[in-house]
Amino acid sequence: MAKPKIINANEAAKLVKDGDTLLIGSFLAIGCPQQLIDALVTTGQKNLHVVCISPDYDDYGIGKLLFHKQVTYLQTSWHGFSKASQAGFHDGSIKIEFNPQGGLLERVRAAGAGLGGILSPVGLGTPVEKERETITVDGKKWILEKPIHGDVSLIKAKKADKMGNLIYSKSARNCNPIMATAGKIVIAQVDEIVEIGEIDPEHIITPGVFIDYLVLNK
Amino acid sequence: MLDKNEIQHLVARRIAKEIKDGDVVNLGVGIPTFVPIYLPKNIHVITHSENGILGFGPAPKKGEEHPDLTNAGGGFITEVKGTSYFDSALSFSIIRGGHLDLTVLGALQVDQEGNIANWMIPGKFVPGIGGAMDLCAGAKKIIAAMTHTDKDGGPKILKKCTLPLTGPHCVDLIVTEMAVIEVTPKGLVIREVASWTNIEDVKKHTEADLIIPSKIGSFC
Repeated sequence: MAKPKIINANEAAKLVKDGDTLLIGSFLAIGCPQQLIDALVTTGQKNLHVVCISPDYDDYGIGKLLFHKQVTYLQTSWHGFSKASQAGFHDGSIKIEFNPQGGLLERVRAAGAGLGGILSPVGLGTPVEKERETITVDGKKWILEKPIHGDVSLIKAKKADKMGNLIYSKSARNCNPIMATAGKIVIAQVDEIVEIGEIDPEHIITPGVFIDYLVLNK
Repeated sequence: MLDKNEIQHLVARRIAKEIKDGDVVNLGVGIPTFVPIYLPKNIHVITHSENGILGFGPAPKKGEEHPDLTNAGGGFITEVKGTSYFDSALSFSIIRGGHLDLTVLGALQVDQEGNIANWMIPGKFVPGIGGAMDLCAGAKKIIAAMTHTDKDGGPKILKKCTLPLTGPHCVDLIVTEMAVIEVTPKGLVIREVASWTNIEDVKKHTEADLIIPSKIGSFC
């Protein structure tokens, strides 16, 4: 695999097309690739399908894309802090699929890991079960969580080397290592880019094979 | 009657007694956030947060917040000796895989079969699921921390939940400002009644059938 290309946020945003599915790391705007989100707001792509555990806030985090009406389909877990998401859900301008949080992450992980789905107990006996296939294995019922693939993954890490090996910062790691695995194009916004060999191999969380582009946080 | 603040602290204080040395616990938002205040100093509890942290410390002093360090509710927390970080998928593996000893969840309704509803009111309040269903499916022990009645005084402990469920047959213990109620295969058993009220009052404000043993404790 080639080393990731180092580009700026504007160039990164142009890799996203109208209608693309975006897998975005963030947890209530902590560990959000904010610079990439802001660049997308500027380029103005429409009809985006966003996959994230929460659309964060209207003015901070992923929620800016919803506030600017760039998102028409959201697969998420919880949108309690995003007024734009709640309004879009209410008036039907944003189609929203609510997932159990762990289930959503497993769906993305399955896609990145080449699996056909995950059998999960979460949601049995709740409205989630009615929206899913169930499978019985050795007499026990499971919910089939199908993989979610992305066109583009947008993630945030603390530091990259020039092979794209990544380390994260504290709870800003959150969903980023998972989202990094399942996009056709994976763009990492990082605070620092160092030479190959400068990160202890034992400390690397996301190996560089997953990363196509690096954007240095400005 | 107690005010909201008194209720929160009464319930949190009682729930703290359920937590044992070495327990791995996940505390939800609302009343559960007050539980750590009442944990005895001589026990070591490992706190878990969905975003990907085990063993974190309390909220930092003002001005000492780290921008990359919050709990699953977005509140700033601190790193202490033994803290570990991991991705959110592993965090949910810890929950579903049976590695979480106890979770304390807020509830809109619970019922006598141990069902819990806390994620939506159709047409009115749909914030989403978050980690609640994963916790219901995976935690070894689930405590519902709640006010005994809704804001209009109507019962929240029901024969059968009317709101969409978060988890079926999963609640082990219900703690309210009026009573501690255990969910058993036979139904709801009153274990304790708060010292400010009495059993007749508890029955009056509960729709579910209650099993009343000969010996009932008190808490305050």
